[in-house]
Amino acid sequence: MSALDTASAPVGRSDPGIGRPLARFSGFWKWLGVLPFFLFCALFLLAPIVTLTDGAFRAADGGYTLDNILALSSPNIVASYSLSIRLSLVSAALGTVTGLLLAYAIILGGLPAWVRPVFLTFSGVASNFAGVPLAFAFIATLGRLGLVTIVLREVFGFNLYATGFNLFSFWGLALTYLYFQMPLMLLVITPAMDGIRREWREAAESLGATRRQYWTMVALPLITPSVLGCFLLLFANAFGTLATVYALTGSNYSVVPIVLFQQIRGNVLYNPNLGYALALGMVAIMVVSNVLYMILRMRAERWHK
Amino acid sequence: MSFLKLSAVSKAFGANVVVKSFDLSVRKGEFVSFLGPSGCGKTTVLRMVSGFERPTSGAIEIGGRDVTHLPANQRQIGMVFQSYALFPNMSVFGNVAFGLKIAGASKPEIASRVKEMLDLIQLGHLADRYPYQLSGGQQQRVALARALAARPQVLLLDEPLSALDAKIRVSLRDDIRAIQRELNITTIFVTHDQEEALTISDRVVVMNGGIAEQCDTPHEIYNRPTTRFVAGFVGKLNNIPAIVVDPDAGTVRVESDVVTLEPRAVAGRKAGDPIVLALRPEAVSMGTRSGDVVLEAKVQEVYFLGSVIRLKVAAAGVSLSLDIFNRADAPPPDVGSTTHVSFSSHAVIVLDS
Amino acid sequence: MKKPFPWLSTLIVVLAALYFLVPLYATFQFSLQMKRGEWSLAAYESVFSSDVFLSTLAYSAVASLAAIVVGAALVAPTAYWVRLRLPKLRPVVEFVSLLPLIIPPVVLVFGHIRMFGSSSILPLTTTDGGTNFLLVSGYVVLSLPYMYRAVDNGMASIDIVTLTEAAESLGASRARTIMEVILPNVRSSIISGAFLTFSISLGEFVLASLLNRPAFGPYLVQIGQDRAYEPAALAVMTFALTWACMGLMQYFATRKPGQRVFPRLTLALSRNEAR
Repeated sequence: MSALDTASAPVGRSDPGIGRPLARFSGFWKWLGVLPFFLFCALFLLAPIVTLTDGAFRAADGGYTLDNILALSSPNIVASYSLSIRLSLVSAALGTVTGLLLAYAIILGGLPAWVRPVFLTFSGVASNFAGVPLAFAFIATLGRLGLVTIVLREVFGFNLYATGFNLFSFWGLALTYLYFQMPLMLLVITPAMDGIRREWREAAESLGATRRQYWTMVALPLITPSVLGCFLLLFANAFGTLATVYALTGSNYSVVPIVLFQQIRGNVLYNPNLGYALALGMVAIMVVSNVLYMILRMRAERWHK
Repeated sequence: MSFLKLSAVSKAFGANVVVKSFDLSVRKGEFVSFLGPSGCGKTTVLRMVSGFERPTSGAIEIGGRDVTHLPANQRQIGMVFQSYALFPNMSVFGNVAFGLKIAGASKPEIASRVKEMLDLIQLGHLADRYPYQLSGGQQQRVALARALAARPQVLLLDEPLSALDAKIRVSLRDDIRAIQRELNITTIFVTHDQEEALTISDRVVVMNGGIAEQCDTPHEIYNRPTTRFVAGFVGKLNNIPAIVVDPDAGTVRVESDVVTLEPRAVAGRKAGDPIVLALRPEAVSMGTRSGDVVLEAKVQEVYFLGSVIRLKVAAAGVSLSLDIFNRADAPPPDVGSTTHVSFSSHAVIVLDS
Repeated sequence: MKKPFPWLSTLIVVLAALYFLVPLYATFQFSLQMKRGEWSLAAYESVFSSDVFLSTLAYSAVASLAAIVVGAALVAPTAYWVRLRLPKLRPVVEFVSLLPLIIPPVVLVFGHIRMFGSSSILPLTTTDGGTNFLLVSGYVVLSLPYMYRAVDNGMASIDIVTLTEAAESLGASRARTIMEVILPNVRSSIISGAFLTFSISLGEFVLASLLNRPAFGPYLVQIGQDRAYEPAALAVMTFALTWACMGLMQYFATRKPGQRVFPRLTLALSRNEAR
């Protein structure tokens, strides 16, 4: 390699890290360096998506059609999407509100300094503690024989399951998701909370603002884009969750990922191309929420320069 | 008649006393600077005046009213921060209008006052911009306009120029002073930059270790520092060790020479006391004729500073700095050459050893 | 003047701590209850005595390690090369590496099965080796965003371009520059990315299940359906393992050159507070 570029001339120091062409380097060799990466991504990331997208618009005989997309409007599929979206919205809302409160408490709440690193480190772990083991933990906690269920019944005389609560239902799932949603919210909103500078509150107060006026006129408008962005991130995070639901409810709870999972296993729908459409719908929802997230994040970062 | 008055104000954070019994009274329309190294307590005093810190003891009065226990948002102050602290979610107009809105001013009232303030800082054309679209100097101007818009009783500036480039620092400094004079607003300005403090202020409070070392006009502070800290912190100083010979006659011994000073300079000292004779570099001259005290000297270094040439010479057993004017027809002396330096005994500041 | 006690913050933090810790405690307690009327480690013994547990864990560990090797080999040279020679390509590489966050795993594996199925040009799923390879590739894709971000951040923090220039100005060859200057400086980022990859893929369920691999994730689900106490024991162990991975990851991500391998406790604490 070194034989190919004897002349290294540093140019343009304005932006460290990017935009620094180092040397003349013949085009072909230069691109060879990134070939493995792009080849891999093309084969195992992009091509599968293209295949699915293409398949979503094809009939079983190979001709193009919109039937699969239209079939998404069949009642049971609409019900799945609706359930998935509702569950994701509720769990994202819960995660956003609780995570925001927690972030407020540990960052601006005037607590001892050791509280913050403890919660942030724990959140780093908990936001990765999803999937099957999380389901097990909640069964041991809020299942019919779970510790909390039993303590509530035997110590407080409160029968949780008599209230209609069930871990293997909508609210049970939402509560379980919260275990990784709240830490994720805490992790992603912390930079925005840190970005709220003490001087802004003091400037507002020196101009006569009360604490309430400061929050409604300055602080909340400032973190709103970040909060909305994080909400969308949490929504996408919940929307793609499969393993936790599956371990809790088996295939009984027909959120979209479960329906697709069953479809791939070949025991629900009998039209593979409808599966493509189902997958495409999921990707579309993920793309929309992530693009909105990016836009909101860019807006928030512009303010925080 | 003082407009802003601090009486025996102290502040302790736990066992750490950062301001000790601080007294100050500022006249209406006066411009007072707090000058000192970081950690000297100057910012804490400012924050007690603004209401962000409560004094541990003592009282603060603004316009005849005791505000010691009043929260910041009821004190009618205008504050400018080192980091500008403009609200990023509001335009320039929104920032300047903020205090008026809080005070419940009507819309037309707000519009005309904001325009007036933006014209004052010459940024009327940028009313719709957002802070992130402005340069540092522009942001600080807007912050000044925001602080002044609601007609505060006192303007408090916390190192407002420290984050700016050298050139902008000077021009904004002059603008602040001009605006302050025009509005005749009582102002406190915190800085660690002595040049800034001396240039801009009616009076300077030099602070160190939580106490006010000296409070006087820039001219007095520079020429007649009362403590060794003030003498050393403000301007450059040559220190020549000496021993009092006869306090009544004003004679002291420097090396083997006996020098006569004004008797009042050594008043209160005893024969044999070690003291330090402090001299500004501009008070020492080359040659033998510029004063009544003449010392032999050897040139050690020559620094060419433009209009002035600073020489470092060895004399009286120490290293002295002295400034001479640069003249095209007179080249500076060579390093290593011997010469004489002289100074007037009136220019000597006598300090404790 | 003393500040008022922060009641609200304390309440929030205590509630959050309860929500986080109670399930962990409940799971732990549950895992000890296998023998009626006494605390015992019977559930753990039962887990460890199972051959399936050991074989699936070993399988997943090997698959995860393979994903780490492939991922690091793919990402590290690319990130370096892009910073050095193709800075304009950086947004593209960054975008591609973030794509897996948008693609749910179930959709990704669906695409893989369709693309590399028995009737395709590249029928990977027809052989065991091919399917294993597909699983590893899937894990590489899933961990791509984390691996790329870790490595790229590592390179950003040491200004790779100037370092390369400095090494070359001292007469080092390109190969020597990479081996003796670049790699030692980004090694800790690669390792921190590796632990994240490991924690993602070790208990992964969707890909392993749909590709019919004898992996740890599907085993967990199976145990969850068949047994009562062993799942709790497994959850406790998995959680401990996740902690270990994240702890090691954070340790390597913040480690400075020359720092001792086992820092004194005070050092570790102060580092945490600095963050």
